[in-house]
Amino acid sequence: MNIIPEITRESITHIINENKRVDGRALDEYRNIEVENNVISKAEGSARVKIGKTQVIVGVKPTIGEPFGDKPNLGVLMTNAEMLPMADPKFEPGPPSEASVELARVVDRAIRESEIVDLERLCIKEGKKVWMLFIDLHIIDFDGNLFDAATLAVVSALSTTKLPKATFENNEVILNEEETENLVLREKVAMSTFVKIGDKMVLDPALDEESILKARISVGITESGKICAMQKGGDEPLSRENILESVEIAYSKNKELISKLNGY
Amino acid sequence: MIHVNDKDFVVPGQILAEDDFYSGRGTYKDQKNVISSLTGRISLRNKKISVIPLKSKYVPKRGDVVIGEVSDVRFSLWELDLNSPYSGILPASEVFGREKKDLNRVFKVGDVLFLKVVDVDEVKKVKLGLKGRGMGKFRGGLLVDIAPTKVPRLIGKKGSMINMIKDKTQCKIVVGQNGLVWIRGDNEMEVITKNIIKLIEENAHTSGLTNRIRDELYLRVDGEIPPEFNEELEPEYNSQIEEINNLESNYSQDNQDNQDNFINENLESNTLVNDSNGEDSIADNNSNNNIIIAKETIVEEEIINNGPLYDEEGLENPQFQDFKSEVELEIQQETSTNGDDNEDNISKNKNDVDIINNRNNNINNNINKNTNENYNNEYLSTNNDSDKIASLNDLENLNKFTKKKNNEKNDGIPKIKPVTKKGSFFDNYKNIKKSSKD
Amino acid sequence: MVVIITNNETKKGRDDNRAFDELRPMKIEAGVLERADGSAYLEVGGNKILVAVYGPRESYIRRLLKPNTGVIRCRYNMAPFSVGDRKRPGPDRRSNEISKITAEALRPALLLENYPRSMVDVFIEVIEAEGGTRCAGITAASVALADAGIPMKDLVVACAAGKVNDEVVLDLSEYEDKDGQADVPVAIMPRNGEITLLQSDGNLDKEEFSQALDLAIEGCKKISEIQKEALVSKYGG
Repeated sequence: MNIIPEITRESITHIINENKRVDGRALDEYRNIEVENNVISKAEGSARVKIGKTQVIVGVKPTIGEPFGDKPNLGVLMTNAEMLPMADPKFEPGPPSEASVELARVVDRAIRESEIVDLERLCIKEGKKVWMLFIDLHIIDFDGNLFDAATLAVVSALSTTKLPKATFENNEVILNEEETENLVLREKVAMSTFVKIGDKMVLDPALDEESILKARISVGITESGKICAMQKGGDEPLSRENILESVEIAYSKNKELISKLNGY
Repeated sequence: MIHVNDKDFVVPGQILAEDDFYSGRGTYKDQKNVISSLTGRISLRNKKISVIPLKSKYVPKRGDVVIGEVSDVRFSLWELDLNSPYSGILPASEVFGREKKDLNRVFKVGDVLFLKVVDVDEVKKVKLGLKGRGMGKFRGGLLVDIAPTKVPRLIGKKGSMINMIKDKTQCKIVVGQNGLVWIRGDNEMEVITKNIIKLIEENAHTSGLTNRIRDELYLRVDGEIPPEFNEELEPEYNSQIEEINNLESNYSQDNQDNQDNFINENLESNTLVNDSNGEDSIADNNSNNNIIIAKETIVEEEIINNGPLYDEEGLENPQFQDFKSEVELEIQQETSTNGDDNEDNISKNKNDVDIINNRNNNINNNINKNTNENYNNEYLSTNNDSDKIASLNDLENLNKFTKKKNNEKNDGIPKIKPVTKKGSFFDNYKNIKKSSKD
Repeated sequence: MVVIITNNETKKGRDDNRAFDELRPMKIEAGVLERADGSAYLEVGGNKILVAVYGPRESYIRRLLKPNTGVIRCRYNMAPFSVGDRKRPGPDRRSNEISKITAEALRPALLLENYPRSMVDVFIEVIEAEGGTRCAGITAASVALADAGIPMKDLVVACAAGKVNDEVVLDLSEYEDKDGQADVPVAIMPRNGEITLLQSDGNLDKEEFSQALDLAIEGCKKISEIQKEALVSKYGG
């Protein structure tokens, strides 16, 4: 059904107001999370993440390019997300929607601000040649909560990315495919997303919960405990308490999420 | 020469049989071969081979009872999502009379309704109606979505499965043939019921399901598995299981008769109102459709006697709402207009409202006199839904007769023109009118 | 990895040591996605293809609908990370062409008369590519359509043959595709052998073309078994 029926909205809200959820989880409980690395051999880094039935594949492809003018000694990260039409009957083929642009930018913010990738090390020749990492998110199945799945997938893909050794000689970049080096990550980052239903903040919304949300907040926290990204979504407001409560729970969930990454 | 057995799993393009076998649903004939067109299981009945699909979308058929969600409100109709490639429309005339109100106040986007598929044309445009037992808007409760092909399994032979669940969980359950199910009861029971229904869907193809579901039910509701059933009941279940395994093969779209039979058998267990009235067994007529008609009879009777039939908490049917003031206004207007080609003009005398109210008492008597055959003629007229009998209430619902005939221009406003077919409700009216003049 | 055939050795072994009529190992899985009505995942050689089917369903693109039958719409897309040099996201001319011929390859098999004014959407996503993605896409799409319960006359299956080192061979790998002399993708309805897709890219004489066609059809028939197996192992039990 394209529009969520009033009855369903009421029944889900009712259950949540009693601190229970349709699938039996606690309000601050994640669904089953699976993280798999190196799933695409053509990509220098890749990962697949499932949270519940939501499924995301990320591929990292490096190319050589020119740095930004104002940051001549830093490599470049570009994050793109595609909410594929196969993932949900309502997703349409075409240029990226607002939602997919938002997803890409929020995840990018979490990666960039956490400085998980040392961009200086991606510099080959200052002012001339740097590594540009293209991070492409492919959403293949949508069952709620793309932000958390996407962030996990991106971090996981980056942590297993191998770049060919690059040297700059005679005004040219020489790539040695035989010698690859792992991308060094300074620390990992994970994101937790909450939706407001009724008066409660609910972690890791499943599809039905996400479709009746009043508001949403995603909190990205690094391994060392810094908040590096935050995004509020939805048409209705959140209270200060809602936000602080979410941050609190996000902190407590951070270890659990990061441990999924370290599984590899 | 047949290459497969009953219940074998097949895929599209697989050759099933040759020569003198008939091609049923899910198959096609190519020269002398019967070939599968679906992924599913073989159903072999005599020489007819069908393939019951594992997955399929619901395609609306006339006479089906479905649950739909209002997806759009337009000038004179509601558009409904039926969980199907085809959406349906519910004309405003199903609810309103001449004085059309704001449609949005009756049903708005997001409301969930229990409806009947009135008609489906060749390009599958679907027309829906609310005239049926227990039809209208659902309040509260929750919705479950199952594959339409599993609906027979959920209902069970003569409602055995669904009634077992209803009894144990004390929930109201309404099953739409389009695979949507509405449940209402205690919160915990609602969840249990929903999970049980999902379990049935997943295991629909297995045998011994009724017993296993029974155990699950008791386990989840009471916390323990019930003691062994006594001998007498078990054989009954076993034979029901056998029947149920055959049910899906009966659920064949090109086998109209089977389906009607099936639906009618299960409609009893499918409605909101509990069948405590022994007179339901008026349905001892032979014709399938008479069973539906018989129920209509009971509906009308009870409405006249006791007011609305439905359970107010769970369901509201706006067609039974109070339109008295509108009606009086209509009578006023009508008295000043020409009768057109009305054979039976509404009486110019306002007192007729009372007379017509009194008529209700006569109707009680007359309903039983009217044979089901008449109702058949009225109800089953396929081309012209303006011949449909509206609820036989007092004048408040007179405007139900104001359906346009097929060849009349549809300006969206029903005219007050009583249906004047032979054997119709209005014959009684004629008699009364005559007597009032005497 | 790439093996460079020097001029010293004139043996005509294929780079991955396959016989001329040997298919790359293939696996197909049906029903892999949650939201789609039907889905399939296919791996052949280094290819990884994911196909999702939605339908029959309503479409708001009225001009595509037909009053007496359902219609099919295909979208073939390659993920940016699916190839050696990153591919820009979004459709390009090649994807456009492949989407069209895929739809045309599948359409003859569809039986959509009972679903007028409806649409069946097929979304083919190449998440890793290694030669022969369009054939793999069609093969996987048939499984996904069957998984979704779409009525079909047959499971369309596709395979490519070509000419490499003057020899007509079956199921070109990426290297063979790039450095070969001809590439002939073919799709058939296996039961009666009717051809629903045929392209030819390269130089072949009449004899070679005929050989390639036959070889491809043979390959298709073998792959057809794998398609059926995918559905049986998912649902047949």
